[in-house]
Amino acid sequence: MASNGPGGKNLVVVQLSGGNDYLNTVVPYQDGLYYDYRPNMGLHGESVISVDDRIGFNSHMAPIKRMYDRGMVAVFMGIGYPEPNRSHFRSMDIWHTAEPFTSSSEGWLGKVTRALDPEGKNPVTAVNFGRGLPRALAYPGVSVASVGALESYGLYTGLAGAQNTDALLDTVSRIYQPMSEDGIPSLRILQTGRGALDGADLLRQAPSHHKSSVEYPEANPIAQSLKGVAQVTSAHLGTRIFYTAHGSFDTHTNELVNHTLLWDQLSEAIDCFWSDIEEQGAADDTVMWIFSEFGRRVADNGTGTDHGSGGCAFLIGPSVKGGLYGEYPNLDPNAQLDGDVRFNTDYRDVYATILESFLELESEPILNSRFGQLDLVAV
Amino acid sequence: MTTASPQRSTDIELMAQLLRRAGFGATRDQIDGYLKQGYEATVHELLNPVHGEHEDQDLMDRYFVASVEARTANHADPQWAWRLATNPNPLEEKIALFWHGLMAVGGVKLDHGMEMLAEIDLFRRFGLGRFEDLLLEISRNPGMMYWLDNQNSHIGAPNENYGRELLELFSMGIDEQGEGAYSEDDVKAAARAFTGWASAVTPPPFFLGPFPMEFRFDSDDHDDSEKTFLGQTGNWDGDDIVRIICEQRATARFVAMRLYDFFVSDTPNEKEIEGLADVFEENDGEIRTVLSAIFNSDHFKSAEVRYRKMKSPSDLVFGTTRLVDRFDVPELDSGMLANNTMFMGQHLLNPPSVEGWHEGEEWVDSGALIERINFASSEISRVDGRGVQRMLTRVRNSGNELDGAEFVEACLDAMGAIELSPRTRSILVDHADSYGIPWEADASDSIDRTIEMFQLIVSTPDYQYC
Repeated sequence: MASNGPGGKNLVVVQLSGGNDYLNTVVPYQDGLYYDYRPNMGLHGESVISVDDRIGFNSHMAPIKRMYDRGMVAVFMGIGYPEPNRSHFRSMDIWHTAEPFTSSSEGWLGKVTRALDPEGKNPVTAVNFGRGLPRALAYPGVSVASVGALESYGLYTGLAGAQNTDALLDTVSRIYQPMSEDGIPSLRILQTGRGALDGADLLRQAPSHHKSSVEYPEANPIAQSLKGVAQVTSAHLGTRIFYTAHGSFDTHTNELVNHTLLWDQLSEAIDCFWSDIEEQGAADDTVMWIFSEFGRRVADNGTGTDHGSGGCAFLIGPSVKGGLYGEYPNLDPNAQLDGDVRFNTDYRDVYATILESFLELESEPILNSRFGQLDLVAV
Repeated sequence: MTTASPQRSTDIELMAQLLRRAGFGATRDQIDGYLKQGYEATVHELLNPVHGEHEDQDLMDRYFVASVEARTANHADPQWAWRLATNPNPLEEKIALFWHGLMAVGGVKLDHGMEMLAEIDLFRRFGLGRFEDLLLEISRNPGMMYWLDNQNSHIGAPNENYGRELLELFSMGIDEQGEGAYSEDDVKAAARAFTGWASAVTPPPFFLGPFPMEFRFDSDDHDDSEKTFLGQTGNWDGDDIVRIICEQRATARFVAMRLYDFFVSDTPNEKEIEGLADVFEENDGEIRTVLSAIFNSDHFKSAEVRYRKMKSPSDLVFGTTRLVDRFDVPELDSGMLANNTMFMGQHLLNPPSVEGWHEGEEWVDSGALIERINFASSEISRVDGRGVQRMLTRVRNSGNELDGAEFVEACLDAMGAIELSPRTRSILVDHADSYGIPWEADASDSIDRTIEMFQLIVSTPDYQYC
């Protein structure tokens, strides 16, 4: 069994792709300005579960509210970065690379993976559930397993009539060694192949280690991804970083229907996951980070909302000191930034805290700078 | 360095590269056919496809019944997959794939198969012509108007989505800092100019059928007032915006950069890209002329770019399929090909975002590599494929007493003049030496041994490049 070395928690990332509408997630339901700006898209009455006398959660987040009441959900209000960019891709890159001002193809979690496993001994230190590798996990020489279905993960598993699979595997395994003479094939693809071969052997076995009374809904993609996270966790393969994505939150139109459906799915998935992970006895070792590339405009456009800046994010787990962090942004027109809310919590402060307080890593080499530490650890 | 075989000429290898880039690779027989007419004539032929009704549309409609007047994007997949796998002019499909990635419209929102196929056909028809014509066509495309919310853009309440993506993703681009050669005010002016450009649905052609969409311009909902866009002031309409965009150097550079990225190399070459931007400007933005300049350039023919492009999932899936050549009719299996590109990270007709896909090494993470190897090794084992039979015959005819190196070379040549790095090649030679060389003593398992070598070749990291 692979081992991680020293302590530190496992990080489960849930990316809300497309720009989650902050104002309809954490709702300033006592602010008349909210309703002025959201004549069509405002949430009223039973559509909001109050958290305090100013804000409430979208009513489709009931399971998350229950966890919040247990003190295990930190809500970051008005999280973002300076000089917001309203392009999905650029903004997502900014979150993925922790670099708001320069373009980088090195993901912050790719660097984390390397810091956790500097010699690349464990090919499943980081596991991505879904299609394609998010830039957050990209780092030269770091191998990340990217998994659709755990059960059928591996090489030549479906090769009909293969009489000599072992010979094939043997030769392919000789080829995929991290040594490259002049760049083609690149070191990166050779390492990717090496990691794929080693990781497949480990991950394919994971579901057989998973015994749980929780039934994840079949038709809910994020629930299925989080089920995979629980399966790999219970197999104790030394996986520390799990990545999943959910979306699309790009609700320019038909927002009330789509945003609701997405949060229904996510809430159900999170509910299943935390019940399961508690049953596995791994809850204290797990933190979940939920973010989106940006929030949306303060004013609605009739049937939806356009790209904005500043948003909300969540850190969940029994080791997290729950509560509201930062300030709810002022919706006063003079306080807005070109029609958007202003951020007041730098996302890199949260990254730095996740790194130091939960992953037990030095944050400076990963973030290239020193950021503030938030008081996020449950006592 | 990749090692060329002594008996294989540079001409063969250049032709093989041209067809890997301008198409989805070619069989050894196709390469021979193209060699007879020569390189430049082949470039010319590829760049001038005769676009007409596809002869096999009728056949496709009979086999893919559910994709007739395709209801959803998934219903449309098999149709495009069949074309990608069989269109005799591969560049027609390759250029459609290029524009589909650049002006990406996806089934997550526009889940309307008919419209998506119409868009792909738009790219086939206009994708090699003047860029301005293409931009105008796509701006009048009902699917695109819906995809980027322009039907919700009204006089007095413009929706900025189309204006922004037109500038950022389709024409002028942004730099590494996320800055464009345009301002937020230009985005807003463009959005105003495109108010009233919208789509509408028309009655379905048959009972319970999908509703075809059409472009509609609503002059009452169009902001006709004065706007300043990229420094030019006037009562601009959408087509003025497109015209002004096409006058910008940033547009020439952006298109040149994207064509280079897609057809030449994963490593940008500033000098080449600037040169292509010049060609774009000097030729009224005609894509055909820019591509001709690319394919006929010394740079394209140099070792600097040979095998320096990662195959996209489509390159891999349809390249391997074309090599195997096992489909006579659009049967169910061929309809599943699109699923395979999806498993490798390229869901055709459903790109991950408006930005399309990132080219290059990002395609191949460990999960995708497993998918690639599993698909290609399984497909290349199909002895029912005419292409596999032809490859087996070629290897068989290479001689009776091949040594390991000669056998590996015979397989590589039969598979379309593939080149390998010396290290990969020597490991394959070791494999051949260890497990027996087919036909050396008329071994009964010769076919199995040869297929096994084909399986190994498509499993190499080298095969992931084109």
